[in-house]
Amino acid sequence: MTTATAPAALRLKVPYVASTIGRKVVMAVTGLVLFGFVLVHMIGNLTLYAGPEAMDGYSRFLHTFLHGGGLWIARVVLLTCAVLHVWSAASLTLDSWAARPVGYRLWKAKDSTYASRTMRWGGVILFLFIIFHILNLTLGHFDPGYVPGDVYANVVHAFRQWPVSVFYIVAMFALGLHLDHGVWSLFHTLGFSHPRYKRWLREAARGFAILLVVGNCSFPIAVLAGWVR
Amino acid sequence: MNLTLHVWRQKGPRERGRFVTYRATDVSADMSFLEMLDVVNEGLLLKGEEPIAFDHDCREGICGACGMVINGRPHGPKARTTTCQLHLRSFRDGQELWLEPWRSRAFPVVKDLIVDRGAFDRVIQAGGYISAAIGSAPDANAVPIRKENADLAMDAAACIGCGACVAACPNGSAMLFTAAKISHLGLLAQGQPERYERAAAMVETMDAEGFGSCTNHNECEAACPKGISVAFIARLNADFVRARLTEGRRLEQVGEGGV
Ligand code: HEM
Ligand code: FES
Repeated sequence: MTTATAPAALRLKVPYVASTIGRKVVMAVTGLVLFGFVLVHMIGNLTLYAGPEAMDGYSRFLHTFLHGGGLWIARVVLLTCAVLHVWSAASLTLDSWAARPVGYRLWKAKDSTYASRTMRWGGVILFLFIIFHILNLTLGHFDPGYVPGDVYANVVHAFRQWPVSVFYIVAMFALGLHLDHGVWSLFHTLGFSHPRYKRWLREAARGFAILLVVGNCSFPIAVLAGWVR
Repeated sequence: MNLTLHVWRQKGPRERGRFVTYRATDVSADMSFLEMLDVVNEGLLLKGEEPIAFDHDCREGICGACGMVINGRPHGPKARTTTCQLHLRSFRDGQELWLEPWRSRAFPVVKDLIVDRGAFDRVIQAGGYISAAIGSAPDANAVPIRKENADLAMDAAACIGCGACVAACPNGSAMLFTAAKISHLGLLAQGQPERYERAAAMVETMDAEGFGSCTNHNECEAACPKGISVAFIARLNADFVRARLTEGRRLEQVGEGGV
């Protein structure tokens, strides 16, 4: 028996990761890793409220975990994810802009959200913030009294400078918006979505976003208010 | 009632377009939107002017030929309604309306409000079919299909291919259309043999046609005259990922060259 019709191509002409969905999957997986990181990061930073010994001890734990290798593994993984996330976001954004060379005179949003419409510029704010944050608290720039390993004191110094606190708080709102959309969107991108639990998923994403904004913003506020000194 | 229309006029694909203002006077609130345009066009013809070109065929919301962006919404302000099924009672007397064609690189303007949706046909050609032996119609219940899947397949098959999803999407993405087309076949037994090749080939063609990339805004579902759910997009994503994961196995079965 002969087959009358040839099935569609078994092999793509471009690699899967280069397709729009492939790059979205890269964005979703790396976004999930980054989301896991910011959650753990926030929980770890709660040691600020337990005093200098607790926070510096937590930092020492991170620096000595797996004989100091743990921190570097985490850094490599996170940096790789950040690069892939920004690459996929940037290349897909350019594709989408190119897809509508002539815009509308009038366009009204209906089901999209403020969060979903600000993913790109919010991402740019996050990108700038991440660079500043590493320069500031990991490498000790913008702080004359910075002492490596003296994490508690460094955090308090940094947040006593109000412009640092303000930028931090603005960035955390950008993060909250980014995750309000991103955390449910990533499941959709990976193919997990069902009308029955979609609403639940969106609410969970919002819950995590609020938790992160409140938790992270509490640090500069506590320092500025003098509760943590 | 009276309406002021700012209509996108463009003589041809390579011409520059612009908005021209017309007045629809003494039209009935019970007229359909396209009937109103017919009346305006009759007036233009009497004055010896070129009538406004717009696409339409069935005028009963089933063919998918009609469609324009009316005041920033594809097919106008009413949910689950094609332009041909929209009536003037959805507007206020004296209202100003901006009429624009679907804006997408993949849908070049043919004339005025008409765009070329051939890109959709090419996405269908890439995999929107099943290969089955022809013959007399099979017995209706010969192939058992879960009721849920039959219903979902029907929901997906309600897509009339009008392109409102692309027009509404801030990214100009055709994911809802492609997702509906792969889902209505992929949910049925007859669609299984080519399920993953279909997802791969249709997405590849969709990308090649120059559509943008979905960011899950859900504007497509809101604009779809058939209310097709974005859940089908998640299904397409899943099938596409599975096409990647099972590629080696399928190649082994069929050989590098395919059949
Ligand atoms: C560094 C700069 C960043 C840029 C430029 C950026 C940009 C983007 C863009 C454009 C999207 C796609 C929006 C969409 O699908 O609607 C996205 C998705 C996402 N981002 Fe980011 N982002 C950045 C940082 C981050 C960070 C720090 C996190 C985690 C805390 C994160 C987590 C996510 C998640 C979870 C998604 C969802 C993926 C999906 O929709 O499938 N992003 N990002
Ligand atoms: S003319 Fe057929 S759907 Fe509107």
